[in-house]
Amino acid sequence: MLGPDTAWYLVVAAFLFGIGALGVLIRRNPLIVLLSLELMLNGGNLALIAFSRHFHNGAGQIFGLTVMAVAASEVCVGLGLVVAINRKKLPLDVDRLSELRG
Amino acid sequence: MIVASAGNVVVWMVWLVAGFSCLASGVAVISFRNPFFSALALIGNLASLAVMYLLLNAEFVAAAQVLVYAGAVVVMFLFVIAYVGPRREEPWTGGPSWQTLGAVLAAGALLVEIVVAISLDAGHSLGHDGKVGPTFGSPAWIGRLFLVDHLLAFEITSVVLLIAAVGGVILGSHVRRVEPLTSEVAD
Repeated sequence: MLGPDTAWYLVVAAFLFGIGALGVLIRRNPLIVLLSLELMLNGGNLALIAFSRHFHNGAGQIFGLTVMAVAASEVCVGLGLVVAINRKKLPLDVDRLSELRG
Repeated sequence: MIVASAGNVVVWMVWLVAGFSCLASGVAVISFRNPFFSALALIGNLASLAVMYLLLNAEFVAAAQVLVYAGAVVVMFLFVIAYVGPRREEPWTGGPSWQTLGAVLAAGALLVEIVVAISLDAGHSLGHDGKVGPTFGSPAWIGRLFLVDHLLAFEITSVVLLIAAVGGVILGSHVRRVEPLTSEVAD
């Protein structure tokens, strides 16, 4: 395998996951929280595909594609929620939306 | 041997550029005030990740990454951001400021934990591996895996996508309130 070891890819994946976790924890705009979730999912995907290449096993790539589909579903529902929040003229702030009431 | 080492250097350089732009655009996603720029930064992140997938012999996943994320997910984000309109995140007023510190500490602890777990094993089983076959990662190979070995996962994924689409439509649809007839009767 030319280039860096699997461990280097895993380190990039770990940093990507950490950046995404930081974004989910510190940002209050639900749109940016969703974007940070995408970063975390992509970090997990990179690790899955690196392991797939490492063990010469296709299940990692299949799992990565499944994660992509789940991410698309999550964005679909999350953006639907943002649109519903916006229609009710509520603030787009996850700290002030702490009550699960309509 | 010289050709192999030259190829190695090229792959390393491509990897370094892709990894750096991946992490830089990740930081940009969470640090922009305007969500529009964050969504645009996510496109850079996805593109550099697709380069990494290509380096890992995952051609089909790289193509799917660009199509699904940059083509569908980011476009949907941009539409919703345009629909919601430019709303700036208001400065932090209520709540203790230790929450931000705690968030940074929690994310840092998570990162350190993962990196330590990787570095403990880096020299042994995560070292160089051999070559893979020419079909590894090709669309035909992925299709065979999906439709022969992992058919149940494929079908469940399609059902999950369908349910999410229905949920998104219901969440985004107008709620038409039907006025109760009893009020007219009372008048």
